[in-house]
Amino acid sequence: MARPSIPEIFESMAWGPAPEASGKALEWLDRNGRKFGHVIGGQQVEPQAWFDTINPATREVLAQVAQGSEADVDAAVRAARAAFPTWSALSGHERARHLYAIARHVQKHHRLFAVVESLDNGKPIRESRDIDVPLVARHFYHHAGWAQLRDSEFPGYGPVGVVGQIIPWNFPLLMLAWKIAPALAMGNTVVLKPAEFTSLTALLFAEVCREAGLPDGVVNVVTGDGRTGAALVDHPDVDKIAFTGSTEVGRIIRTATAGSDKKLSLELGGKSPFIVFEDADLDSVVEGVVDAIWFNQGQVCCAGSRILVQEGMAQRLVERLKARMETLRVGDSLDKAIDIGAIVAPVQLERIQQLVAQGEAEGAAMWQPSWSCPTEGLFYPPTLFTDVAPAATIAQVEIFGPVVVLMTFRTPAEAVELANNTRFGLAASIWTENINTALDIAPQVKAGTVWINCTNVFDAASGFGGYRESGFGREGGEEGLWEYVKRAPRPRKKSRAEEGDSGGAKPTGSGESLSGLDRTVKMYIGGKQVRPDGAYSRPVLDSSGTQVGEVGDGNRKDIRNAVEAARKAAESWGRSTAHLRAQILFYLAENLSHRRGEFAERIHSLTGVGSRAAQREVEASISRVFSYAAWADKWEGAVHHTPFRNVTLAMKEPIGVMGVVCPEGPSLLGFLSTILPPISIGNTVVAVPSERWPLLATDCYQLFDTSDLPGGVINLVTGGHDLLTDVLAAHDDVDGLWYWGSGAGATQVQRLSAGNMKRTWVEHDAKRDWLDPRDGEGEEFLREATQIKNIWIPYGA
Amino acid sequence: MDDRPSMAQYHSGMSTTKAHARYGAGRTRPGAIPDHPPPVLERNRGCPLDLSWVRDTRVNRSAVERRAATIETRRTVKKEWQVAWLLRAVTLMDLTTLQGDDTPGRVRRLCAKARMPVRRDLLELLGAQDLPIRVAAVCVYHEMVATAVAALAGSGIPVAAVSTGFPAGLSPLETRLREIEASVRDGAAEIDIVITRGHVLTGNWGALYEEVKAFRAACGEAHLKTILGTGELGTLRDVARASLVCMMAGADFIKTSTGKEPVNATLPVGLVMARQIRDYQARVGYHVGLKPAGGIRTAKQSLGWLAMMKEELGDRWLRPDLFRFGASSLLADIERQLEFEATGGYSAFHRHPVG
Repeated sequence: MARPSIPEIFESMAWGPAPEASGKALEWLDRNGRKFGHVIGGQQVEPQAWFDTINPATREVLAQVAQGSEADVDAAVRAARAAFPTWSALSGHERARHLYAIARHVQKHHRLFAVVESLDNGKPIRESRDIDVPLVARHFYHHAGWAQLRDSEFPGYGPVGVVGQIIPWNFPLLMLAWKIAPALAMGNTVVLKPAEFTSLTALLFAEVCREAGLPDGVVNVVTGDGRTGAALVDHPDVDKIAFTGSTEVGRIIRTATAGSDKKLSLELGGKSPFIVFEDADLDSVVEGVVDAIWFNQGQVCCAGSRILVQEGMAQRLVERLKARMETLRVGDSLDKAIDIGAIVAPVQLERIQQLVAQGEAEGAAMWQPSWSCPTEGLFYPPTLFTDVAPAATIAQVEIFGPVVVLMTFRTPAEAVELANNTRFGLAASIWTENINTALDIAPQVKAGTVWINCTNVFDAASGFGGYRESGFGREGGEEGLWEYVKRAPRPRKKSRAEEGDSGGAKPTGSGESLSGLDRTVKMYIGGKQVRPDGAYSRPVLDSSGTQVGEVGDGNRKDIRNAVEAARKAAESWGRSTAHLRAQILFYLAENLSHRRGEFAERIHSLTGVGSRAAQREVEASISRVFSYAAWADKWEGAVHHTPFRNVTLAMKEPIGVMGVVCPEGPSLLGFLSTILPPISIGNTVVAVPSERWPLLATDCYQLFDTSDLPGGVINLVTGGHDLLTDVLAAHDDVDGLWYWGSGAGATQVQRLSAGNMKRTWVEHDAKRDWLDPRDGEGEEFLREATQIKNIWIPYGA
Repeated sequence: MDDRPSMAQYHSGMSTTKAHARYGAGRTRPGAIPDHPPPVLERNRGCPLDLSWVRDTRVNRSAVERRAATIETRRTVKKEWQVAWLLRAVTLMDLTTLQGDDTPGRVRRLCAKARMPVRRDLLELLGAQDLPIRVAAVCVYHEMVATAVAALAGSGIPVAAVSTGFPAGLSPLETRLREIEASVRDGAAEIDIVITRGHVLTGNWGALYEEVKAFRAACGEAHLKTILGTGELGTLRDVARASLVCMMAGADFIKTSTGKEPVNATLPVGLVMARQIRDYQARVGYHVGLKPAGGIRTAKQSLGWLAMMKEELGDRWLRPDLFRFGASSLLADIERQLEFEATGGYSAFHRHPVG
């Protein structure tokens, strides 16, 4: 096509081509012979097989990259393991200098990174240049700081070891930074597996790391497809897996790593709501939608892909959106004046096309602008669906393309209901000029990130991650670092079992401390004592083997009922004031204190510990209740310093309904130590008390009643742990599960939790010293009962 | 323009020696200059003051700033496109002198520049010699109107007068109305008035409406541009509300600033005003123009404004009946940029005739 003349353009005032120069990027590819091996131990390693990586805007092959085999992965893990002792032994300051050097070098190669990224991925050069790469540099600067501060800010914690990291193709370099920066800062070494469509910037990064003087083997890059990733996940010498990608693959990884002792963090899919109230600045809302769903071709896990708009203004919004969509420009990723680039790969384009066709077939109204996309590359136009029912496929599944669906709501409550009507919980965006509305809705939305009057803004100082099936763990900020540290082993004190018989009289007989009547203890569900559904009981024996009573033998329906009760209580308990929860717990301690003698006697007679030891356990229990009463109103969030004019609130929120499979002992203290942390900060609990000593737990429900604990906050289901654990782990309305027990049980918990990706915390064969407050209580427990939500609130009069 | 090194790469081989006629002087094909000016629009007749509309207006400052910040990074024009857009920018300019030491001689010089704002040889090098490149208007104080009208006779370039006690706008209403009438009598075809900022700051929308309505009546056939003095309005929401009230009262243009405030035409302010114009056009039906003034000094800035207008309001708002730059030093930077585009070498101010 002939270029128009200046007079013609003067008349038409049309846009023209504005190509970014690709020369330096192509030079870099050529310098590497357009063929890239893995980077292992600082060397390029030739694989047995290669595959092509293409420019999706032109379908041209850019280079060949290595297909990683099991042997390649093994070599990389060995290199990382070999580098670990030296790297982790560096001082925080030395590691900080390395991270700082990486940040500087990323900045130095800013343009090269941006161009390679856009070539390989298809994203607009504007985005890689102005968003991705600056955020990468920022991530390394921020984490250079954390490296410096690790020892002072994370006392008692050290690196996890060798970390396997698997990243997606939508933000190849940025996701690399999110993974590598915190891992290195905390002293870990890394094997990174980039996505097969987009390996190039990771390989460039490895080169830049060498240039920046990073020791060999600290960062290793093995390229390849899902098989390579699986080999990394399965490698026995990997201590942690961090994955960002689809929920489907996340579920496979969760199952594959079950029982392996590998730490795991998953950042998965989303179908994030974009909620528009009638008092929003509508023109800004329209630009918000552009940023929400037409950023990176909509290939964004936290894309605002579900517009929920207050019914009265829906029509106006749709009109303005359509007008705006007409002015969007789709084209070559290296054109500086486009809004939407190319879809990363043919398979993704087909999936988008198929889902859009399905949306139309299911009756939703599809709209696309009048202009047409370039045909030579992998392009898809911005697409708006209206008349969408929540039940429609396109309203439920992640499309991962430039396609947005629009639904309406009538009231704030209905907005929340629709927003939360999803398995996902990654992000949400709320548009209103009313601070009351914003701050009321933000905590109610189940999402790890909530943006008020903005969307898709990120920063290294703020944690990012999901609720529900969007995964667990955070990336960024202080909250993200916990994924890359573990508790250093603590010197053991003498265990309670070892001192168990050391003081006081031996129990004289089980019957004496009981009422004399044969007691059949019921379960405790929704604040009421209820008979077991199966109407079976199981005998409870004392330490001498004498039957001292019976407890209900819980089955799956008892768990079902208990979870229902816990769910019912969860909302009001979660929103109750911290002061109220503290008061109830103090009162619980007071009531336990009144009955300390009785409980001590009970422990003594049932479990056979000496009476003085039993008294110590009761005193420790009273203190523990006090501890969590104390924490209830002190487990506070933070305000992150993100570099915008805004307040970023990191709110600590309860996970929701939590299952707790309690440790076998100590009978009273083990029970209270594991159920109190969750409830003190607003979770409700379905507890499965010790199989051996359930009576101390069931004795507590009178305490709960007299302490004004609302019904349903704590529910007790007694019975066989294996069965009840399985039911809890597989229950999709249980949000988190703690487990103390056998290795087999722990594996089972992690495996079955993959159903709804519930948070799990398992300790098998744990040798915790529950009597020692440093081991048996505190922030570690609270963290495991918390998920952090970051709320971004820009302001400006 | 945003990035010299990459421009140099872009024109590889052309950056070291001055290559003449890069865009094909003499390449202009017959009929290549389109000659179909857009239809003349009906003048804004205003509408009754709609207070609920004014009060319901919401502007989120952070979101507006975010959009404004990315307009210039999302859009850019290069090579022939940049040349054509810059030439268009020249034709949208209200070439302005508003100094206390203005004299008839100074104003006549400015008018000569207005007739021929870009060197003829440059236009020829660019293949644009047949385009009607002249500025949109010359903007002066009342005292200079007659001089300017005489100096521009036959050029078709209108004279705009700043009026109504510019720049404070706080002389008695009667005085201000008489001033408008006097300027119109002297031949001003456009009147730039300043609104009473106090009416905005106190939420006295009725008073603002009546004031602008009176100005409009005094203008008669002359077109009315209302200067909001956005740097003194405090919030973007008030910029939006003042824009609406002025349009309801019959403004032909809404204009950002006098050029005398500490903060003048910024893109966020322009964006908010453009969106009100769009809203007004959708709801009332009339097209109202936008004039950013003050602080627009570089060719790059002018392209940012054009990109914003094109994206937010459409191509129709890239014509002088709906968009003007109020500027005095912008032209010189555009001339230098045009010379660079024409020859591949960087230019100097002294190579272009002053106004």
